[in-house]
Amino acid sequence: MTGKRFNGTEAYIATEDLQIAVNAAVTLQKPLLVKGEPGTGKTMLAFEVAKALGMPILTWHVKSTTNAQQGLYEYDAVSRLRDSQLGDDRVKDIRNYIVPGKLWEAFTSEKPVVLLIDEVDKADIEFPNDLLLELDRMEFYVYETRETIRAAQRPVVIITSNNEKELPDAFLRRCFFHYIKFPDKDTMRRILAVHHPNLHEELLKEAMEVFFQFREVQGLKKKPSTSELIDWIKLLMVEHIPAKVLAELDLSKELPPLYGALLKNEQDIHAFERLRFMQRRL
Amino acid sequence: MFADFFYVLRDSGVPVSTREFIAFLEAVAGRVIDPDVDQFYYLARTTLVKDERFFDPFDKAFAHFFQGAEQTLALVLKDIPEAWLKDGPQRLFSPEELEKIQSLGGFDELMEAFKQRREEQQKAHHGGNKWIGTGGTSPFGSGGYNPEGVRVGEEGQRQKRAVKVWEQRQYKSLTGEVTLNTRNIKMALRRLRRFTREGNPDELDLDATIRETARHGVMYDVEMRPSRRNTVKVLLFFDIGGSMAPHVKRCEQLFSSARTEFKHLESFYFHNCIYEQVWREEHRWEGRLSTFELLHKYNRDYRVIIVGDAAMSPYELLQAGGSVDHFNPEPGLTWLQRIRETFPHSVWLNPEPENEWSFTHSIGLVRQAFPGSMFPLTLDGLTAAMQQLRRSAPPPRTAPPEQPQPHRG
Repeated sequence: MTGKRFNGTEAYIATEDLQIAVNAAVTLQKPLLVKGEPGTGKTMLAFEVAKALGMPILTWHVKSTTNAQQGLYEYDAVSRLRDSQLGDDRVKDIRNYIVPGKLWEAFTSEKPVVLLIDEVDKADIEFPNDLLLELDRMEFYVYETRETIRAAQRPVVIITSNNEKELPDAFLRRCFFHYIKFPDKDTMRRILAVHHPNLHEELLKEAMEVFFQFREVQGLKKKPSTSELIDWIKLLMVEHIPAKVLAELDLSKELPPLYGALLKNEQDIHAFERLRFMQRRL
Repeated sequence: MFADFFYVLRDSGVPVSTREFIAFLEAVAGRVIDPDVDQFYYLARTTLVKDERFFDPFDKAFAHFFQGAEQTLALVLKDIPEAWLKDGPQRLFSPEELEKIQSLGGFDELMEAFKQRREEQQKAHHGGNKWIGTGGTSPFGSGGYNPEGVRVGEEGQRQKRAVKVWEQRQYKSLTGEVTLNTRNIKMALRRLRRFTREGNPDELDLDATIRETARHGVMYDVEMRPSRRNTVKVLLFFDIGGSMAPHVKRCEQLFSSARTEFKHLESFYFHNCIYEQVWREEHRWEGRLSTFELLHKYNRDYRVIIVGDAAMSPYELLQAGGSVDHFNPEPGLTWLQRIRETFPHSVWLNPEPENEWSFTHSIGLVRQAFPGSMFPLTLDGLTAAMQQLRRSAPPPRTAPPEQPQPHRG
């Protein structure tokens, strides 16, 4: 058990509930499942936790083709077959052809590590079930060498999900859960201050005003999120858009400047236009 | 004290297991938090609630249980649960109604009145004309008739009222983002997998390797093959007519599940019955596609799933010009038969309960067009439908569908 606590970092503002969730997961050595709108810093969290606790981080990015075994180890039979033809001595030991996965690395690391399993919902619907025992007991069995890999130091496991698939109950029961809700204005101001320390007060105020109005628009497929706001403000600064322009902006008549950073698909631009049309009719 | 909390949570519909509760107690005992009510609340939430859907019932149960015990009174949710307000006026009202509300002082005022009444009201209530409940004429509640009423709560069948035409409807977009409770649906859809090996050889074919190596004698001959992939192709048709409104949620779930399960999925929308054209987009005129073109574009190994209540006037099926919103040169049933002939693998999923099908004439007609292929939109129905779709194709049809008459409109 580490005596250190996670209270956010210089580059990451963590709300109180998030801090408690992380600390509870670290203390009780349970995986922490993090959900939330895209762009609210789920993946970032793992990196910042690692930084704050002074642990190295291992990341396992899950894709639609990922299966659970790849996280444990893979047996490279093809190389072994090839080596056997070349008369390589390595061939006699099967260990040379067992390629450890991220979980193996995390379990056998000398120092405790943070293991990020990113976007667990991207994989097949059965994927989380296949990791139950491994995450619970922090050990697994290697059939080829007949040995058990056991975590000397239980890693801090952080799992992110974008809610594309429902996760199985058995998996959920073994995790702690945190939903990063969209930051309120105060939190957002603190987050922006961390990312853009030189931001002019006036511009910050107006940009936030426009942004929060923007999120109110009904029927957007993808509401702009924290990361979009950070990018947008960066663009505003690069382009030297004065705060006055934003202050005079009327969202019911026009799109904000550089809106491409906020709206990511053309359906949302349509939604916006439809809304303007409706307002004109009323 | 905490053991009771466990049961209070379960009674409020938060699915907590013993295992999670023990973890929670460990966390409390493990001094993860300072002795502070807020922190205690966060800790309980992170350990006991595993889905943001249950945050709201959890908050209520928490407040209920710790009320008086500590200063948790502040946690009692005075505000209206967010889900009721989230979709905003567009979902709850037709444009005419919106105009009417606007003339009565606007939505905000209505919501204000709603909040007030909710605070006044203490008990569940059914009937009458003031309190929030079901079946009344008060503007608040469900199943009522007041045109500017706010519908409260998710469950319950609204009075089905026919809404005139396409242009005026606010079709609720069937976005794939809704993934609540879709796990079972996905498991049912899985039955429709058809694995084939196509594409890059990226997997060691052990049998072939042994065979080839044995044949050549000395040298190993590594054989690779493409890995197995699901190649089933699906066309999905959704009825977005007015009578489907009570089923929107289930349809959304089906749609979002199908979208993640099938790689080759095309979806279309229609109103009551499929005529000479269907819609690509659920709420726009632009995405029109001629049904005849569709029949030729997709070949017969596509699986067709039609979702609709098949409840309409028989004229809409039997007569040219019988459609409610445009002039159709050919009766709807003709089009349904063409679809059935072109795609032998087709099923009709009906969200209405199966035991009520016989009361609606048009359902009987549609069932004749899809003999033995109409299933209720339940988990069992879905499973049976997928099994039906899996069966091998009947012999190919003899003649292509005849060219439909040119139509105006």
